[in-house]
Amino acid sequence: MVDRPDVALDDLYREVVMDHHRRPRGRAPLARVDATAHGFNPVCGDEVVISLALDGDRVTGAQVQGRGCAICTASGSMMAEMIPGHTAAEAEATAAAFRAVMHGAPAPGGTDLGDLEALEGVQKFAVRVKCAMLPWVTLTDALKAWRDGGNEATSTTEAQEAER
Amino acid sequence: MAGTASPVVALDPRALRARFPILRRQVHGHPLVYLDNAATTQKPDTVLAALASYYTTSNANVHRGVHTLAEEATALYERCRSRVAAFVNAPDARGVVIVRNATEAINLVARSWGATLGDGDEVLLSEMEHHSNLVPWIMLARERGVALRHVPITADGRLDMAALAALLSPRTRVVSLTAMSNVLGTINPIAEIAAAAHRVGAVMVVDGAQSVPHMPVDFQSLGADFLAFSAHKMYGPTGIGFLVARPELLEAMEPVSGGGEMIREVRLDFASWNDIPHKFEAGTPNIADAAAFPAALDLLEATGMPAVRAHERELVGYALERLRALGWLQLHGPLDADARGGLVSFVDPEIHPHDLAQVLDTRGIAVRAGHHCAQPLMRRLDVAATARASFGIYNDRDDVDALVDGLVAARAYFGLAGESHG
Ligand SMILES: Cc1ncc(COP(=O)(O)O)c(C=O)c1O
Repeated sequence: MVDRPDVALDDLYREVVMDHHRRPRGRAPLARVDATAHGFNPVCGDEVVISLALDGDRVTGAQVQGRGCAICTASGSMMAEMIPGHTAAEAEATAAAFRAVMHGAPAPGGTDLGDLEALEGVQKFAVRVKCAMLPWVTLTDALKAWRDGGNEATSTTEAQEAER
Repeated sequence: MAGTASPVVALDPRALRARFPILRRQVHGHPLVYLDNAATTQKPDTVLAALASYYTTSNANVHRGVHTLAEEATALYERCRSRVAAFVNAPDARGVVIVRNATEAINLVARSWGATLGDGDEVLLSEMEHHSNLVPWIMLARERGVALRHVPITADGRLDMAALAALLSPRTRVVSLTAMSNVLGTINPIAEIAAAAHRVGAVMVVDGAQSVPHMPVDFQSLGADFLAFSAHKMYGPTGIGFLVARPELLEAMEPVSGGGEMIREVRLDFASWNDIPHKFEAGTPNIADAAAFPAALDLLEATGMPAVRAHERELVGYALERLRALGWLQLHGPLDADARGGLVSFVDPEIHPHDLAQVLDTRGIAVRAGHHCAQPLMRRLDVAATARASFGIYNDRDDVDALVDGLVAARAYFGLAGESHG
């Protein structure tokens, strides 16, 4: 016996999200790694490692590794697809805009969230917001460590969310 | 009790369910199927009524007044203590310290008994412990240079008893183990371990958070020195738990928290302690929940703990059988229902436990997904997280069937191959 999909569930797992979940982008290792960070969600044990290649202050490549739920995996995959070509500041602005959306605020004017818009439904599932944010808080960590002198960073979604 | 044990009268989950108002609610348009009892259980009407009645008729502070309300409140509070002592066959109600939860009870032992330990002393724990039986000892190790040892688990999720025997030595001062794992379900042979701990001169601390609510637990025949558990996991209110101890041990221990109630005499620069157990209960305690908890014990005693265990043993056996038959799940813990309490942790290798729990929730089924406060065990099992279904007295086979249907539906939802049912 299989029910017809629940409407609320479809809000969370939109088609685009499922596509990224099934075929996550950005898994391949980079030739060169300039910044990296390890993120951990203490609520569920999910982990991601973000590695970035940078040319000047422009991100030229991103790799997302780790294990997470469909939401976390999709969010990381979207990031890997979006970020290359962005400057560090642009990537951070996207992370901030996405955080705003996840917390129920409108995206600051002019930010194009691309596929990330498909994750909009996550904001209705409070505990899952951290899943969607994990790759992004880890990305901001990687960029911060890179600015501060290239050290590796480790963070948790809780510490990150509390900071803001 | 030799030979005269009364036959176990099977419990009736349907009749019990009717006593729990929350189980009548709907979640996402489906009747609630509550399978998160290891996290906390629901509360029967009698507990809810007792809470309201306390505040409606007897509310006052305890141990402080001569007026009628103060006397009633004190009697209700102390009645909780003696009921708890009787429930687990403690040698003396003076050995029952009322705390907030099992976590606080273990912290009390680690801080107070732990203060007698030092360099070279060892505390023996295991790989299957809840964070609340790991972190207090990690704190002690940091403060006092005590060494922590951990009994490994076997491939089927039991304590490795040979390794345990080899780890025990005269340096072992404390053995602190869960009586029932909240992830694997494993029921540990505490009486046997307590005897071995005593042979090397160690005290035996039992984390009874999962065992006391789900099986007969006899403090004295276990040979425990300390037993910790929480009321909220046994159909009682949140915010109240117990440390049951041998009174001699409590006598020898220093309080960890100072203030009102716990003193005998205070001068500006001096204080002496009240008798046990009061010297461990600083400040106004959780009177209302103490007043209400005996109603939960009434229900468990009327049902009979052997019947509770028999029911949950049967249910977990059925769940193991049905979950195994699906063919795609990894099940953690012993597959023998006799060796485990009423809970099952499982992983669908294709669906993250969070996503699984989300799909189940839309069908009104409450299970837990995560590390269950046992990160070292998750690492040992090489999983980031598991999903867990845990049973209580009001669950029945229909709940297991709903879970299995939900797991099949989740596979369909995520576009994965799954057996089709019906
Ligand atoms: C085995 C075990 N020990 C200790 C605890 C801690 O209980 P509490 O949070 O009520 O202190 C739990 C509850 O999750 C548990 O399952």
